[in-house]
Amino acid sequence: MSDIILFAAFPYVAVVLAIGGGVYRYRHDRFSYSSLSSQLLENRALFWGSVPWHYGITIVLLAHLVAFLVPGVWSHVIADPMTLYTLEVIGFALALAALVGLLVLIVRRLTKPRVFAVTTTMDWVLLAVLLLQVVLGFWVSLAYRWGADWYVHTAVPWLYSLLSLDPQTQYVSSLPWAVKLHMLNGFVVIALFPFSRLVHLVALPFWYLWRPYQVVIRNRGYRG
Amino acid sequence: MRIRSHMAMIFHLDKCIGCHTCTVACKNIWTDRKGAEYMYWNNVETKPGTGYPTRWEDQNKYRGGWVLDPKKNRLRLRLQGKWGTLGNIFYNPYLPTLDDYFEPWTYDYQNLFDAPEGDDQPTARAVSMITGKYMDTIEAGPNWDDDLSGSQVYANNDPNLDNATEEERRQMEEIDRTVFFYLPRICNHCLNPGCVAACPAGAIYKRGEDGIVLVNQDRCRAWRMCISGCPYKKTYFNWATGKAEKCILCYPRLESGQPPACFHSCVGRIRYVGLLLYDADRIEQAATAPDGALVQAQRDVIQDPHDPAVIAAAKASGIPDAKIDAAQHSPVYQFVKAWNLALPLHPEFRTLPMLFYVPPLGPVLAKMDRGVYDIVDAASGGLAPMMSALEKSRVPLRYMASLLSAGNEHVIRDVYHKLMAVRVYMRAKKVKDVPAAEVAKALAEGHTNAQEVEAIYRLTSLPTFEERFVVPAMERETAVEDLFPALDPIARNYPTRKGEVGFGFRNDPHRGL
Repeated sequence: MSDIILFAAFPYVAVVLAIGGGVYRYRHDRFSYSSLSSQLLENRALFWGSVPWHYGITIVLLAHLVAFLVPGVWSHVIADPMTLYTLEVIGFALALAALVGLLVLIVRRLTKPRVFAVTTTMDWVLLAVLLLQVVLGFWVSLAYRWGADWYVHTAVPWLYSLLSLDPQTQYVSSLPWAVKLHMLNGFVVIALFPFSRLVHLVALPFWYLWRPYQVVIRNRGYRG
Repeated sequence: MRIRSHMAMIFHLDKCIGCHTCTVACKNIWTDRKGAEYMYWNNVETKPGTGYPTRWEDQNKYRGGWVLDPKKNRLRLRLQGKWGTLGNIFYNPYLPTLDDYFEPWTYDYQNLFDAPEGDDQPTARAVSMITGKYMDTIEAGPNWDDDLSGSQVYANNDPNLDNATEEERRQMEEIDRTVFFYLPRICNHCLNPGCVAACPAGAIYKRGEDGIVLVNQDRCRAWRMCISGCPYKKTYFNWATGKAEKCILCYPRLESGQPPACFHSCVGRIRYVGLLLYDADRIEQAATAPDGALVQAQRDVIQDPHDPAVIAAAKASGIPDAKIDAAQHSPVYQFVKAWNLALPLHPEFRTLPMLFYVPPLGPVLAKMDRGVYDIVDAASGGLAPMMSALEKSRVPLRYMASLLSAGNEHVIRDVYHKLMAVRVYMRAKKVKDVPAAEVAKALAEGHTNAQEVEAIYRLTSLPTFEERFVVPAMERETAVEDLFPALDPIARNYPTRKGEVGFGFRNDPHRGL
């Protein structure tokens, strides 16, 4: 029963919250969409925190996404043991970078009075949830080796069953508790998306690459 | 020719008394808020000095503005390319931090009342306006080196003195000739703004009607590249709301025909504001001109508002007659283009600033020599006793050139010769102690004539409020037609504007959720 609530119902709640809440916030409180950078207040520790954290977590997340989107290709790639080892080692290093970065960021928020002053309760909640998620991911990859492989046969079919509105909890119900908590906490992160600074994720300005440098906006019908 | 109109500005440095009234006016209206305490959209710096934020002119540190790629003759942001922006989005390596400005503080005044009886006078300790904690030492403020205070540290570190010779440094530091002047600064509302180009979110834009550079805070995502991109450090980061903010040239005042608050309150009446008509097709050409031609190239962008061809092009662009009329009476056009007296601040940053400065005269009138106070070059006669040679100007020409003409001394020299011609001519006219030959010589050196000199004198010394500020009010009636082209008087579908739209934020500005 708890499996159904946690692995069949909760993911839908999280996703609906994320999309519905995100859209609502974007339409009604666009001002609050901000990465809320604190670099002006503290510069040095931020470098050792923000850079490894963001690059580490982005690439690890993208790997999760790729394996989910094209499981066939992924399985084919990691069929070669050498590639599998290499990928796992790279993933391990990136996760380590993310973990160290996140710890630096947390310590920074605790110890730098200026940054502490602009830290909200939700920021602490988010940091705790993210720390739990990274530690769990780290733990899972250490304790249950070759996650790059078994992820494709457990989490991916479960996620697809969720996507096809036919949740199949048996793919995940017998997994170790650490793995289950990692999956669950992942959906907690998704649920927190519209209620925290995580919204800056969808604000990444890729179109800057195509935009002309200068922006001129006319409120009036001038043609000049 | 694509004619646009631009609200442009003149600061006449000879008239600035460094009273900071402009700063106070701006501060009280716009930045007296949480998160904005450290911001001075308008500030007045003592030159030589390091300014605010400290050494803002040092682009090796802050990477503001543009650089010209000589091979391709193309501009690129000194900060980084577009891919660089995305790569550095998690950490901007060149962002000034709060310590480059100062940590805003107030005082614990209540302690003066509440302190228990004791042997010492109670004090009001400084309290940080960010952390709320006591600050033991205040190490910097917005005007820390005002009037050359601490000049051994501050004035000597002026980036404009980086290339000065020992002789030039001595010239400025000689205690009985010590010289300084004030440099009031606001956003330059550039034609080729670095902040707009650096913003990856596209939140900063130039208003087409009058060229005012604004931040759309609903689009700002705190990527903080604008702060680095602006070489004048005139975009700021609100640490409380997590949004960029900058001078808005008091556009709500401009739209109702009033000058911006800092202009209006200026005690020395150094400030002028007026429209310029310019050719948008020439912006790129001007921004990529070689260093030696930058000032002239920018003058060439500005078009003569009396030229029938320019007027026709302006009308074709939809610029209303009231604005063309205002451009014809613009004091800015007179100073910048007609008289060539006003220069852009640091044109080598290549943002084409639309705020122009008339440089201050710093003539040596007298000096101490072996304990004797004497008029300089009194023996040489002629103009020398009164005006002294330009080369002996208390502020070295090279310093002014570094500030206002990308290092080209001849540009500064031309301006000074004309300014001195005005002085000599007016002295001859009022005091009548300058021989006619000297007046004629000064006019010739200044490439000017009596009529022009009279006009310069008039607009410099005696301008009325209406002559200094030529601000055409926004044509409210046409705004409605622009927004609702399908207006139908029969169906009465006029927007009433009541209960429909409002000004400002729909919610109070706040940090995150």
